[in-house]
Amino acid sequence: MSCDAPTHCFIRIIEISLPFCRFFLQIEEEEGGDSFDIHISVSDPEKVGDGMNAYMAYKVTTKTSVALFRQRDFSVKRRFSDFLGLHSKLASKYLHIGYIVPPAPEKSIVGMTKVKVGKEDQSSNEFVERRRSALERYLMRTVKHPILLKDPDVLQFLESSELPRAVNTQALSSAGILRMVNKAAEAVNKMTIKMNESDAWFEEKQQHFENLDAQLRKLHASVECLVCHRKELSVNTAQFAKSAAMLGNSEDHTALSRALSQLAEVEEKIDQLHQDQANADFYLFSELLGDYVRLISAVKGVFDQRMKTWQKWQDSQMLLQKKREAEAKLQFTNKPDKLQQTKDEIKELEGRVQQGERDFEQISKTIRKEVSRFEKDRVKDFKMSIVKYLESLVQTQQQLIKYWEAFLPEAKAIS
Amino acid sequence: MCLQALLPRPAPHASFIQEGSALRSVSVDLNNDASLLIDIPDALCERDKVKFTVHTKTTLSSFQKPEFSVPRQHEDFIWLHDTLVETEDYAGLIIPPAPPKPDFESPREKMHKLGEGEATMTKEEYTKMKQELEAEYLAVFKKTVQVHEVFLQRLSSHPVLSKDRNFQIFLEYDQDLSVRRKNAKEMFGGFFKNMVKSADEVLIAGVKEVDDFFEQEKTFLLDYFSKIKEATAKAEKMTRSHKNIADDYIRLSATLNSLSAEESTNYYIIKFCLKLFQNFLRVCLKKVEGRVASDEELKLTELLRYYMRDIQAAKDLLYRRARALADYENSNKALDKARLKGKDVSQAEEHQKRCLQKFDTLSESGKKELTNFKARRVVAFRKNLVEMAELEVKHAKNNMTLLQGCIELLSGN
Repeated sequence: MSCDAPTHCFIRIIEISLPFCRFFLQIEEEEGGDSFDIHISVSDPEKVGDGMNAYMAYKVTTKTSVALFRQRDFSVKRRFSDFLGLHSKLASKYLHIGYIVPPAPEKSIVGMTKVKVGKEDQSSNEFVERRRSALERYLMRTVKHPILLKDPDVLQFLESSELPRAVNTQALSSAGILRMVNKAAEAVNKMTIKMNESDAWFEEKQQHFENLDAQLRKLHASVECLVCHRKELSVNTAQFAKSAAMLGNSEDHTALSRALSQLAEVEEKIDQLHQDQANADFYLFSELLGDYVRLISAVKGVFDQRMKTWQKWQDSQMLLQKKREAEAKLQFTNKPDKLQQTKDEIKELEGRVQQGERDFEQISKTIRKEVSRFEKDRVKDFKMSIVKYLESLVQTQQQLIKYWEAFLPEAKAIS
Repeated sequence: MCLQALLPRPAPHASFIQEGSALRSVSVDLNNDASLLIDIPDALCERDKVKFTVHTKTTLSSFQKPEFSVPRQHEDFIWLHDTLVETEDYAGLIIPPAPPKPDFESPREKMHKLGEGEATMTKEEYTKMKQELEAEYLAVFKKTVQVHEVFLQRLSSHPVLSKDRNFQIFLEYDQDLSVRRKNAKEMFGGFFKNMVKSADEVLIAGVKEVDDFFEQEKTFLLDYFSKIKEATAKAEKMTRSHKNIADDYIRLSATLNSLSAEESTNYYIIKFCLKLFQNFLRVCLKKVEGRVASDEELKLTELLRYYMRDIQAAKDLLYRRARALADYENSNKALDKARLKGKDVSQAEEHQKRCLQKFDTLSESGKKELTNFKARRVVAFRKNLVEMAELEVKHAKNNMTLLQGCIELLSGN
């Protein structure tokens, strides 16, 4: 990039000193512990209204000792579009300056229609539960963010008994974020000057998130497969239990008949175990991975915003350069008005260039902090989920031992 | 296409020593009589055919040597079974069910998938799947050996069938049986085989039963057969689901491996967590779940499958007896007609006497066979159910210890 000497030196100084700053920054980040004590639960889904205008209302309960709130324990009623509205507001305020705003849960036309139409079956119950859980995770992630927690929209969402209906919630659903990311990516491709990434950190991190994205998607697909097979196993176990019971009825040897009936009962209980395990597979594992795939889209979006900011800065610089050239040319003509106008424009552009540079520095700094916070949270999240998942497996095994040990004397009693 | 095509080493040559004793519990109390001991110590897979080594140890003088081995194919077993079934003298016996054809369909399918997916898999995934494939192949192999062995052992422990001439030929004849097999096909018009099998249920059900024992047995066996067939099918589905889950764990652990490789060393803790989790999935869950699946298969599914076939054999006995009764009743009618006409009376009387005799012998031996059958069935079920429950407990305990160790390591960090 061709710019005048002072700016160039300034940039060089930053280039040189940044790596040293980074070391200190990281330490600072590590020590900036999170002492936010806040817990949010989403519960009691309730159908409000009838027909196609019906919707689900969820109770959002906040328990907190954070001073920002007026009370320590309070709850409000919210509907899905309220959540989307909150996210939309936060995204429009924070995404372009480099904050990783957690994406809201996906919209689902099929799922909601079933609920509206009043289908009280297992699949619509599962849908509501899945959504409830997703909304809870969404809010917890949002308030865990130290900046977002202080946002007035968030406070209003959690505390205010009445909330103005959110309109235009199409804009920033998860799909909306993806659209935005894609648009930003397109913009990056159309960039007139390819950004000379002088900071290896950003390049490295971007690559890291690309790889992570691919890996998590793969993992997610594998876990979905596991959930599916586990549900199949549950169904097959239940069917086997029934057939074993019938076989026991048909058996004319009394002790064997009883043992077969007992076997059927054990298998029925095991079927329930499989169902519970499938739920654990799903909620602890599969949904977590799905959340992170969406979160990483948001992270990628933030990196692209930085590119956009850089481009804006570059564009202003190019414009300034052109104006300076124009000024130089006008020096030799006799057009004092034009000259003055150009001088004014130059002044304005110089301001814009400085602002552009500041914006770029700021967003870069914010992203570093954000990525560090994000990774720390991610590590904690993964570790906790893995432990919880393993604990769910322990539960299953314990129950299996109980059931089979109870069955053993029955089997031995056959004579 | 056999696995040999893929693997660089020579054909799997499986030598089974008494590790298989746990496998041989489908029919108990076999191979106890030292006068005739049979086992299949060895088997070889050549292209699509399995060659079993049938090894006999005997103190009986009817055999030429006290100990000898012969190679046999699956078709030879079928030939032996069919000749026994076709022998009228054995009409009153439950002929042990023929062993099913070795079925390598499932591993073969997997092998295809492996071949197709090779390009998209990482080297580690590929190796792991190949190992799994080999293990599955071996499991099918072991099962088919067991089932062929049990067939022979049932014969050798039967007081009447063990003395069958064809059985002796099967055990002893040191040349290829295939020539004999071809001749056999021409010789037997298939008096039994060609009968419309679908009619047997109707025939059995329709016969006017004079004997309470057989009346009960008939009702019981017909009902039990349909129930056990259902249970076998459902058990098979259940076992397949377990296997699918074990496969899923392998895939998961491979993906986790790639993921943990990606994690930067800045966050060693997550690398550690993922590595541990991945190892856990690979070693414990996959192995244990896989073992649960195969034990369940052996103890439960195989048991049900075997007895389903055995009950079919018992039903065949009832069918033969029903036919004999029908013949007897027909001979009575023929006698009456002859007496009316006054022609060929003595012939008709002879025929009727023979029919009655046949029916009585069938009924007598049938009663004995069916009673033994029930006892055998109860004992086998008991053994297998007990063993299955014990194995389930063992596996669950193993799983739990490993899981808790894992959790401790992770939480402690």
